[in-house]
Amino acid sequence: MTSAVAETSHSPAVEKKFLQQVMSNTPGETHLDMCIQCGSCGGCCPSAAEMDHTPRSLIALIRAGNFEEVLNSNTPWYCVSCYFCTVRCPQEVHVTDVMYTLKRMAVQAGIKDPCAAPDFSKTFVSWVENYGRAFELGLMSMFRLRHDPFGVVRITDMAVGMLSKGRMDIAPTSIKGLSGLKAILARAKALEVVA
Amino acid sequence: MKYGYFPGCSLERNAAAYDKSTKAVAVPLGMEFVEVEDWNCCGATEYISLNLLASYALSARNLAQAMRTDGLGELVAPCSACYLNLTKCDKNMRESPSLTAKVNEALAAGGLSYKPGSMRVRHLLDVVVNDVGFDTVRAKVTRPLNGLKIAPYYGCFLARPGYVPVDDPEQPIVLDRLLEALGAEVVDFSLKSQCCGGHMTQISEGMGLEMIRRLVQTASESGADLIATICPMCQLNLDAFQGAMNRHFGLNLHLPVLYFTQMMGLAFGIEREALGIGSELVNAREALSLIGSTPESDAGGPPKRVKKDDKALPMPVPLARA
Repeated sequence: MTSAVAETSHSPAVEKKFLQQVMSNTPGETHLDMCIQCGSCGGCCPSAAEMDHTPRSLIALIRAGNFEEVLNSNTPWYCVSCYFCTVRCPQEVHVTDVMYTLKRMAVQAGIKDPCAAPDFSKTFVSWVENYGRAFELGLMSMFRLRHDPFGVVRITDMAVGMLSKGRMDIAPTSIKGLSGLKAILARAKALEVVA
Repeated sequence: MKYGYFPGCSLERNAAAYDKSTKAVAVPLGMEFVEVEDWNCCGATEYISLNLLASYALSARNLAQAMRTDGLGELVAPCSACYLNLTKCDKNMRESPSLTAKVNEALAAGGLSYKPGSMRVRHLLDVVVNDVGFDTVRAKVTRPLNGLKIAPYYGCFLARPGYVPVDDPEQPIVLDRLLEALGAEVVDFSLKSQCCGGHMTQISEGMGLEMIRRLVQTASESGADLIATICPMCQLNLDAFQGAMNRHFGLNLHLPVLYFTQMMGLAFGIEREALGIGSELVNAREALSLIGSTPESDAGGPPKRVKKDDKALPMPVPLARA
């Protein structure tokens, strides 16, 4: 009986472990253990309608130790990072930073992407890691072609407008200290694995 | 007043007008900017979604580069996302010695280090309002924006999550006051601190466009001739995606979106070209032709009452007019 309980994701030990993991992976005070399930976060979330779980439900799932459902949820990826939930939470739960933590935990756990957002982040970051600067045209064209090739038509006038107004580069710009930056990021990633 | 300057990737290209107009108004306002040497991308909202320590190291490299610029303790970021990332990095490093140790171990691989608290990161609007001040701004106005109705748009990161208390997170007001100081009529824009959607036009197009529609339509219904913004991401969404939004919803809105620095420049009598005006996709020419025209409400005393219905019962007349 005891061992059967221990194997489910709802055992007290697993519950506490997952909650603690999320909290310790987030810099600053998350106050995640203080949530009173009032739902203010979901109520003011501009993208809640598109989410698998509202932020409140997701926090309940974290505290129940249901890490599989949490990490497979699209909720963190639909967070627009507006911080309204964070400033409105009566318990000062740092919901937005928790969403960032859950995204990282899902990627690092090798969870299958629940929507296009993780690939958008990865594409954005690949330009930054290779040049030190963001590259909008490369990001948008690569990402669109992979996820919505026919949708390119819908933004053609916008892209043409941006190019003709000189608001988009056609090639990425590299920083001077690129080798130093690459060394810094490689060391940071190695340290993150240890931590 | 001398500041370190962190333009960020947007101001290099898509928001070059923000960079240009910032530098143009810096001269009359007495702000001197020294650009951070060889800065890198702040990571936006993307890097921190994938790697924690690498995203902190990315921001800390910028802070370390800024620290090497002698004699500058303050770093100005006109982009709200850069502002938030740099502030967040410094704040969390200050509060966590273990995070600082790891970030510095990573920075050491590139021969750098950063002592948390060395740089005070400021948003450009904060500097204009609190260091330069409304009086100085008002004194520089040679061509007041009379006749122009502006919706002030703050977006998210100036006041949320509010690591540095600059303004109210729900009802910010400093941009309203600044635009008033320029002589513009500031409309009551109820969604002024709502989110523009960030990268949502790419992730979930319908949702991204809906967030843009709400903002542009509400500002338009508030009577605004244009929107003044303080962030390149907000400008990009509301301006460059306005056409796609109109098509998606079958609307025909035309509301130009300019930077607050461009509005200051116009009021200071600076040439439009020097402010990057004309690079917006929703053309602002027509709206800007209103500058100098007299707003309807100021046309010769109180507005005349028009009796809509002859058969209606008499209504009390306000005392002042009786």
